[in-house]
Amino acid sequence: MEELFRVENVCMAFGKKEVLKNINLGIRRGEIFALIGPSGAGKTTLLRILNLFEKPVCGTLIFNGLDTGKTLRRRMSLLFQTPVVFNASVFENVAYGLKVRGFDKRIIEKKVVEALNTVGLPGMGKEKARMLSGGEAQRMAFARAIVYDPEILLLDEPTSNLDPANVANIEDIIKRIRDERGTTIVIATHNIHQVRRIADRVGVLLNGELIEVNSKDGIFTAPQDERSAAFIRGEMIY
Amino acid sequence: MSSTEFLIQGISKAFELIFSLNPYILSITGVSIKVSGTATILATLTAIPLAYALAFLHFRGRQALIALVNTGMGLPPVFVGLFIFIMLVPAGPLGFANKIFTPQAMILAQYILVTPIITGISLAAIKAVPKPIIETVYTLGGNWKEAIIMTFREARFGIITAILAGLGRALAEVGAILIVGGNIAYTGSVGGIGEGASYTRTLTTAITSETSKGDISTSIALGIILISLNLSINMLANFFQRRG
Repeated sequence: MEELFRVENVCMAFGKKEVLKNINLGIRRGEIFALIGPSGAGKTTLLRILNLFEKPVCGTLIFNGLDTGKTLRRRMSLLFQTPVVFNASVFENVAYGLKVRGFDKRIIEKKVVEALNTVGLPGMGKEKARMLSGGEAQRMAFARAIVYDPEILLLDEPTSNLDPANVANIEDIIKRIRDERGTTIVIATHNIHQVRRIADRVGVLLNGELIEVNSKDGIFTAPQDERSAAFIRGEMIY
Repeated sequence: MSSTEFLIQGISKAFELIFSLNPYILSITGVSIKVSGTATILATLTAIPLAYALAFLHFRGRQALIALVNTGMGLPPVFVGLFIFIMLVPAGPLGFANKIFTPQAMILAQYILVTPIITGISLAAIKAVPKPIIETVYTLGGNWKEAIIMTFREARFGIITAILAGLGRALAEVGAILIVGGNIAYTGSVGGIGEGASYTRTLTTAITSETSKGDISTSIALGIILISLNLSINMLANFFQRRG
């Protein structure tokens, strides 16, 4: 598979605290790449760097065939762990990214309806977004993130606050988006079972260090690093 | 006559004055609304951009300005009135403008009193918008202008409440406008309004003068109108607070 973007020698610090150390990572077009590791490992920070929210202290991001800056950000989407809901209707929430891009009203309506159908919220456009349940709000946030067909979808522990039924639903949506639209997806998670269910490849972050990148099968059957193996076994690896 | 009878008689006369659309009462109410409304509009035009600047821009003196705004929220009106009086009297630095004892001087006084209130409450509403909301605007391809618009949308009920609080404060204010406005009503008939049409007399300043003259029923009528206006504003503010 063609490499879509590459992170080279990236490091990050907040004050004196070093949160990412010399990260080298290539993400392939159309894959679901899972970033795993315990809480505080640096997963969210790495996603924020990929989304150009944070400027790394050192290192570079190389996007194959993509511009940098605002244009690039418009070709990707980041979904937070806790669903962010604008104080507006579901329709207005989902339509936001399209309006920002200046889409025609009719196209916006069509795409919003499609996105709501994709995430299993058909006919809910007129509902007040703040009245949705946690699972519905996360699915609405998903619809808002995918409605403009981003090439890269960055997901920061999108199911950590959801019940098993909603987790299954979101995972199904993730797989369908990749299969049907060819979206490249990077998902940060500490849920090993989720990795087994949806990921193609896996990177293990520990204390800001990327200790292993492997295929899904590889990480579960023959991990290259003893600390990765321990994490997979569910042991504390701090 | 007992004090209760006195009060009942006053209230009944007050309603008579209100429902007969007494020109004196109407002109005073008109001046109140015009002065306080204009001051609130001008204060809003200053306060909202200022609140945004204080919320989003990091510049030298920002903390000092926030402290100034917070102090300004509790400014004693009589002090503001005295300050503007000194500025506008013929011997003062702005005496050449010849604006002392005019509605413009009253608007200036209320503008100074109301701007910090609208700024302070708006700033709190803007800062209460969760950071992830703004970050989501950026993740969805928005820029800083769209982030500001989104913040306004999210904080709109708080900002409207701030404006209404400012208007309420302006309408209820008496100390500053009494000093710089002079509580002037025309003698004789002016513009068809009749005897005593207001020039700088407002609901609050008229209550003080009518009470000192002993015209309690007129004072009560003016008080009822003032309370009704402020009650309406507070109900509106409460409505927007609940929606927010």
